[in-house]
Amino acid sequence: MGPTVTCRELIDLLDRYLEGELAQPLAARFEAHLARCPDCAEYLHSYRQTIRLAREAWCADDLVPADVPRELLEALLDVRSLAASAGDVEPN
Amino acid sequence: MDASLSSAPTAAPVALPDAELLARLRAGDEAAYAEWMHGTAGRMLAVARRILRNEDDAEDAVQEAFTQAYRALPRFEGHALLSTWLHRIVVNACLIRLRKRRRHGERSLEELLPRFQEDGHRLEVTDPWPRDPLAELEAKDVRAGVREAIDRLPERHRCVLLLRDIEGRSGEETAERLGIRPDAVKMRLHRARQALRGLLDPQLAGRGMPWDRPSPAES
Repeated sequence: MGPTVTCRELIDLLDRYLEGELAQPLAARFEAHLARCPDCAEYLHSYRQTIRLAREAWCADDLVPADVPRELLEALLDVRSLAASAGDVEPN
Repeated sequence: MDASLSSAPTAAPVALPDAELLARLRAGDEAAYAEWMHGTAGRMLAVARRILRNEDDAEDAVQEAFTQAYRALPRFEGHALLSTWLHRIVVNACLIRLRKRRRHGERSLEELLPRFQEDGHRLEVTDPWPRDPLAELEAKDVRAGVREAIDRLPERHRCVLLLRDIEGRSGEETAERLGIRPDAVKMRLHRARQALRGLLDPQLAGRGMPWDRPSPAES
């Protein structure tokens, strides 16, 4: 195995490491750096937590607005008649 | 007063089973449409607000999405729940609006990324985060802080983070929706995560114990 990666290289490789995309011997060099660099180990932990926190930032309750403006409800009810009088639109 | 506007709360669950609701919608049943709209509009507006951060744009995108969905009902194959299908249409309508927006006055990410010496070593010490912030701190406050931090990301980075980490879209689909290459998605996502980490650092750094963390290989 060659020399370990630097802190900068480790940060650049973080996503690939977490996705399991780092091949040997690079993965071993990455982990060798982590084992001797507490700052990078802390960074990796906080990076993982950041991804998790983003995924959980909106729980079910946070996604339900208290109400929908009446004007929007009226407009949405009109959608049927508007859509019926116009051509098709592909949604995807 | 129009009864269809007042009788159902916007957050009420859709009562009809999907297959029956779909059949009635396709048949042009006005009551079924009103029920579907009331049962989903609130959640769809929340999704649009989250992406667009502008009330007028969010309401326009929801209206656009309902129109597109209604027209496309005859072609809906039923491989997903109607609500999931509508959610995707809302997100796509939001993305089209985002792509039309001019980018100006965006904050630079650089100040939020780690800094290094010329030899590649770190310039700053990394203060430890809690091992499990949502369990160890007030989860509601942490989530509110995360949402606020996501809103502070530059638009092009925020979009990639929303699509990949929050909407769960693939890298390929994100690239297609945003009109960029898959490599660019990867790069933007990595920088967005680093920047988000930097924005959360003042809230979370120093609130964990050094060495109290998972091993490097733990996911």
